[in-house]
Amino acid sequence: MIPNVAPAPADSAEPTAAAVLPKAPRQSAAKKFSGSKLFASPASIAGVIWLAALVVASLTAPLWLPFKTEDQDFTAVLSGPTAAHWLGTDELGRDLLSRIFASAAGTLGTSMITVIVAVGLGTLLAMLAAAAGERVETVISRVTEIMMSLPGTVIILAVIGAVGTNIPLIMGILGVLISAGIYRVMLGQAKSLQSQLYIDAAKVDGVSTAGISLRHVLPGLTNTIVVQAALIFAVGMLIQAGLAFIGFGPPIPQPSWGGMIQGASQHVYDAPWLMVPTGAVLALTVLAANAIGNALGKAPNATASHLPSAAARRQRGKAVAAIAATAPASQDVAKNTLSVRNLSVGVDSVGAGKGVRLVTDVSFDVEPGTVLGLVGESGCGKTMTALSLLGLLPSGVSVTGGQILWNGKNLAAATEKDMEGIRGRGIALISQEPMRALDPMFTVGYQLTGTVRRLRGIGRADAKAEALGLLEKVGIVDAARILKTYPHQISGGMAQRVAIALALAGRPRLLVADEPTTALDVTVQAEILSLLRSLVKDTGMSVVMVTHDLGVVADLCDQVAVMYAGEVVENGRTDSILDNPRHPYTLALLAADPHANHGADMPERLATISGQVPQPKDWPSTCRFAARCQFAGSACLVPIPLLPSGTGDGVVRCVKADELAVEGLDWLATDVPSHHILNLVEAPAAATRTAEKDPA
Amino acid sequence: MSTATSVRPEAPLPAAAQPLLEVKDLVVRYGRGRKAAAAPAAVDRVSCSIAPGETVGLVGESGSGKSTIGKAILGLQKVSGGSITYQGKDITSAGASQRRALGSELRAVFQDPNSSLNPRNTVGSSLAEPLRLRGVGAAEARQRAEDILERVGLPREAVDRYPSQFSGGQRQRISVARALICDPKLVVCDEAVSALDLSTQAQVLNLLADLRDERGLGYLFIAHDIAVVQFLAQRVVVLYRGQVMESGPAAAVTENPRHPFTQALVAASPVPRPAEQAARREARESLGVRTGAAAVPGPGGCPFRLRCPLATELCASERPALRTVGGSDVACHYA
Repeated sequence: MIPNVAPAPADSAEPTAAAVLPKAPRQSAAKKFSGSKLFASPASIAGVIWLAALVVASLTAPLWLPFKTEDQDFTAVLSGPTAAHWLGTDELGRDLLSRIFASAAGTLGTSMITVIVAVGLGTLLAMLAAAAGERVETVISRVTEIMMSLPGTVIILAVIGAVGTNIPLIMGILGVLISAGIYRVMLGQAKSLQSQLYIDAAKVDGVSTAGISLRHVLPGLTNTIVVQAALIFAVGMLIQAGLAFIGFGPPIPQPSWGGMIQGASQHVYDAPWLMVPTGAVLALTVLAANAIGNALGKAPNATASHLPSAAARRQRGKAVAAIAATAPASQDVAKNTLSVRNLSVGVDSVGAGKGVRLVTDVSFDVEPGTVLGLVGESGCGKTMTALSLLGLLPSGVSVTGGQILWNGKNLAAATEKDMEGIRGRGIALISQEPMRALDPMFTVGYQLTGTVRRLRGIGRADAKAEALGLLEKVGIVDAARILKTYPHQISGGMAQRVAIALALAGRPRLLVADEPTTALDVTVQAEILSLLRSLVKDTGMSVVMVTHDLGVVADLCDQVAVMYAGEVVENGRTDSILDNPRHPYTLALLAADPHANHGADMPERLATISGQVPQPKDWPSTCRFAARCQFAGSACLVPIPLLPSGTGDGVVRCVKADELAVEGLDWLATDVPSHHILNLVEAPAAATRTAEKDPA
Repeated sequence: MSTATSVRPEAPLPAAAQPLLEVKDLVVRYGRGRKAAAAPAAVDRVSCSIAPGETVGLVGESGSGKSTIGKAILGLQKVSGGSITYQGKDITSAGASQRRALGSELRAVFQDPNSSLNPRNTVGSSLAEPLRLRGVGAAEARQRAEDILERVGLPREAVDRYPSQFSGGQRQRISVARALICDPKLVVCDEAVSALDLSTQAQVLNLLADLRDERGLGYLFIAHDIAVVQFLAQRVVVLYRGQVMESGPAAAVTENPRHPFTQALVAASPVPRPAEQAARREARESLGVRTGAAAVPGPGGCPFRLRCPLATELCASERPALRTVGGSDVACHYA
């Protein structure tokens, strides 16, 4: 079978199948997974080297140690480091080096008992609770709560009183006590893994509950298990040393770290050196375990901060200044008309994916009282374009050129402070997830009146009346009741209405709507679209509507800009573009849309576009759609400008548009040429991925 | 898909004597205890059947119980009442061993291509899992995984890759491949294309249609988008708040809906032709269906009555039974 992926034999029903499977590969996969992290920081490399050296040295101790642990050298009692005794001797003249390393294996080994018992038991209980359902979980959780409320030290001392200083047993009991905490950590993770769809798929396959836990849940927990193990290992060592220090260590002549520290503490004044070697070794070992735990626990890309770094901010400032210098805001744009000219957005030249362009050379105008649709598939740059209008591009992404002209200002070159004055008042945003626009901690009324007061500067009572008015405006019948509810108490459609009311609070002249109906039911979508249409009619504001749904465009938009791979490929009046598309991509999208046909017209097969939207780093300088286009020819292998499409002021980015129109060609529903869809997507760099993320 | 259309074998007759799957008066309640018993059921006495090789679409809004029905059929959801029969065998509360026997014939494709494949396993391992479980050897499982990948339009080398190396559409193809690898008879597709972009959605829909014609598969196609359902399904069942509102041939239900809710649902689905859409919008507004935001009906009666333009006192007191109107069965006193 495929190396690396052989499912662990979870099922005793198939011994023959299980026997064939190599067992080692799975472990090697797990090691590879955590290994790269283990060697990512100098601290954890040092930790691994130290622990490995300690174990090797201790296990081979009889072969190389210069003295036996009980050998007493009365000529050198309480001595410092000498040629004979590298680390000095204790009060009986015993060699410290020998005693420390001889006892290391015991200390580490018994600490491992704690680790295995604590992590093993905790993980097992967590997997059981997550798999077996609510009742079992409740029982296990109550039991662990009781365990956590028990005083651990008292129990361990009681056990010592009853059975003596049986170190392995004591460390095992310590493990049981700690397992309650581990269970807590693991339970949440195991439950979230259990809710994944691939678990459902495995259940449909008929995989047993135990098989699912072992094959799908346990591998997902590995990372946490390893981290917790490293940390508990350190705790176990410290507790063991502590017990030996208060006299509950191994029987007397036998060396132990805690016992040695205890002995040293009696000679703190006359022989302070005695404390140093043992203390240092114990401290270093604990530090090593913690360093390893920290390294393993680090999220894979924890270094990529979401806050703009100083370098990124400087970069952005420089870009803004450069744009402001090169393009003085031209004033020929009418009031409340948005005019975007040659807008480009790219990943900053600092960090991963640097310099990749996400939007190139996008131009469009939105006149007051009109709706512009930005339409295209995921990864075509429509959301980036919309967010740049509000100066809300994610960190690491910024406008790299062009102008966004709005009431005499170039927003592409506006400072954060300027944008704060425009957001909400001049230009407002509604997003795909209405619940994200609302804070779950506060009532709808509190959030709405707060926003109204901030944006309009009016008193509390007036704001309340205004909030009521806004809710009625967005079609909420029992506005007074809704004001008192919390966001989680209302439905998604209602929440989107509230989000729209919130966006209207500052009486904006332009509303940027990023897929506002995608998460809603189709009946609710129709209501929200009607609401937006009547708002546009009543208030004269304009809307930039980002959507992937051509039906939504047909319903609401006056103008539409079709985007493909970061550029506008066709722009013009909605009716002329949807009824008479000129660009092959628009043609293809319409042909692939099952909504475009119904009844007897529904085709046997839908038309498809082979392959997928290329990654931004792979955008060619030629026609970006040529690789997937049915009509592409040699003429397409040069950069294509936007050309007048012949209908009104429409433009199209296709050299063959006229030819296609004359011949009346249609995008054909052909079989997907297999060689086109074979190219696998390589995982993009982290920054590019965030940048392209499209809520669609 | 002209090539596929011309060479494909005759589709098996849907009108076989015994249905492949029969759901009768299915009831599902969430939670347990007195409180749950008093709450309206998530699925309330739903009946439907799927003939071999037939595609039945299950449509409704969120919360209509359509996914719950799919889960109940797959054994992922406990059933409170009614029965589910697969090829004459009662599988309503099938145990693990019966499920395992069933697992190769009754399979699923889920909505989210990001979470329906275990990110820690290679594609080959995920594909092979159902085969290995049934005692297929490692080499043969790999061979079959490669074959099925090729069939869904992915390279054979994909077996050694991880799900994160594929795009959403490709991952959904892999999910389809996983469902088809043990030659099933019925596949439950739960919103299998809703997370995909238009062009990839069309690719996956075509693939599902091809496989149906090639292998005589039956689908239970669960979706909120009636246009998508219409493309694939021969029959459509419309759900509202856990109850069947209308069920019948796809063309009849979508072109000539009888139930006020189906009418609203069909009219609300926008078409990408501005003039036609404007007419549809007007038609939708003239239906007079009220917004669903605050309409939580009490028990008994028709669940749609608070939004329905036709509702009378009768609708509050008596739950309308399904009766045949035109070509379909409609649960409405006034349809």
